[in-house]
Amino acid sequence: MILYFLTLVLFVMGLYCLVAKKNIIKKIIGIVITEYSINLFLVLVGWRKGGIAPILLKGMQKSEIVEKGVDPLPQALVLTSIVIGLGVLALMVSICLRLYEKYKTFDMSEINRLRG
Amino acid sequence: MQAYFPLFTAIPLAMAFINLLVTKVNKKVTDFLAFLAMISLASMAIMMLFESPFSYQLGGWAPPIGILLVSDGLSSVMLVIINVIGLLSMIYSMKYMTTYTAKPKFYTLFLLMIAGMNGVVITGDMFNLYVFLEIASIASYALVGFGCEKNELEASFKYLILGGVASTVVLFGIAFLYSMTGTLNMPDLAVKIPEIGHNHAMGFVMALFIMGFGLKASSVPFHAWLPDAHPSAPAPISAMLSGVLIKALGIYSIARIMFNIFGSDTMVSSILMFLGALSMLVGVFLAVGQHDFKRMLAYHSISQMGYVMMGLGLGLNPNVPPALAALALFGGLFHMVNHAVFKSCLFLCAGSFEYRTGTKDKTEMGGLIRRMPFTSATCSIASLSISGVPPFNGFWSKLIIIVAFMKAGYTIYGILAILVAFMTMISFIRLQMNVIFGKLPEKFEKIKEAPFAMVLPLVILAILCLALGIFYPLVDQNLIEAAKDALLDKAQYISFLGR
Repeated sequence: MILYFLTLVLFVMGLYCLVAKKNIIKKIIGIVITEYSINLFLVLVGWRKGGIAPILLKGMQKSEIVEKGVDPLPQALVLTSIVIGLGVLALMVSICLRLYEKYKTFDMSEINRLRG
Repeated sequence: MQAYFPLFTAIPLAMAFINLLVTKVNKKVTDFLAFLAMISLASMAIMMLFESPFSYQLGGWAPPIGILLVSDGLSSVMLVIINVIGLLSMIYSMKYMTTYTAKPKFYTLFLLMIAGMNGVVITGDMFNLYVFLEIASIASYALVGFGCEKNELEASFKYLILGGVASTVVLFGIAFLYSMTGTLNMPDLAVKIPEIGHNHAMGFVMALFIMGFGLKASSVPFHAWLPDAHPSAPAPISAMLSGVLIKALGIYSIARIMFNIFGSDTMVSSILMFLGALSMLVGVFLAVGQHDFKRMLAYHSISQMGYVMMGLGLGLNPNVPPALAALALFGGLFHMVNHAVFKSCLFLCAGSFEYRTGTKDKTEMGGLIRRMPFTSATCSIASLSISGVPPFNGFWSKLIIIVAFMKAGYTIYGILAILVAFMTMISFIRLQMNVIFGKLPEKFEKIKEAPFAMVLPLVILAILCLALGIFYPLVDQNLIEAAKDALLDKAQYISFLGR
């Protein structure tokens, strides 16, 4: 239970970072932290105590996997979500670099030509 | 047709990258390749309308293990909206995008966005929905910042941050749902969720989904990115974002998940109705004071999405008579289709005016009907349509929503809807006076009508505005009726499991 609570704390920390910080690099770090907390949560969903990899090795009974094997699906989901996160991160950083070229600052409060 | 169903995502995905490779050798074919992809998608989407509902098992794996693609009334209507408006925007961008550099890259991103949206509306798997949502979102972030000037980059960054939060929240909801039910297949979820019943965790999941998809649909507390992002994008992309993307990613996902998976619920219904009414009011009040043509249209998008949300909300309410709930849902879906048509037309008109006059400020324009008759006429038709003047399409859908709310006893919401319709009309009358009629400024004496490739999509969209209004009993009745039935008939959705 405490582990789930800690992922929630991580999520809230990421959101705080996203909302409160003015530096856009720090905002990006905030987004990444929230993503990681969700990934951790997904891993926790598949976790079980004393679990083994869900692979049928030689000389193993099927019942053993049913009893002890972990759920393989969340791991596949985490892998996909990490790759997507990488794509978003690459785009965020490249836009951030272009913003720096145009505005010569990373401060979001000075990047305010649009009001909305 | 059924065997070719996955091509809806495969064609644009493949063409996006083939386009980049081929244009390394020959830059001129890029228009042709993109047109080929879009025309085949659009014709396939129209053919899909005549198919009865079916499900496609990807790789032949039976659900709930394998990924399911689902085609029912709602999916086919959404496919038609996405691909037909996509085709028209693509034709428009052949000429319009010559003012930008790197046209092949533009088409690549455009096709990726189409692939993502098609994927979202045909998938029957929660995680698959998330993946396609991200494909469409990432492509749209890049397209908003396509101009690479100060404003575009800022808007793109804001959109990225908020869109990133939305995606994270949606993934959180999906993870939570999986940990409770042990399945990601949507028809299977529809079976398992009633077995668990309503508890706090389920409420939390619903809240996460309303927030995540509400952010994508830009309903009011989450709307901050839209008025920046939509005007900053190139005109055909604004048309796609406002006309299609917020519906395919936001409204469609909310409707599918809330109706087909969770089923009717009083709390969700009242939240959706409240958010809808709020979006309607705030959007229209903010729109009235805007000088920037495209920014004003963006605020109206928020306001019109409010109508759709309200219709969906009343449709979810278990306490009103089923006939009224169905009527409200019908109105909401009909307004969604109509909004796709007239809002993309308006954004494309704004693009044409900008292309010739070089300004987006509507107070600087005037009397353009004398110089650009076709663009102005289509702009007029779309404006009449959005302000709900009979016999244009916007009138019928607004009327149906208002009647449903009045009859269901939600008089305040009904009155608000009428008030917002009036405000919208005032705002668009002012737009007409500023841009189309009035005195032609001297500096615009020499301008010409927009090129043919830009006028043709406008004319088609304007004809659609009129046709959807006049031939309402013939066309829309069957079309939207099927979409509405698909949402209300949970048993049919469960039957896609094939048991």
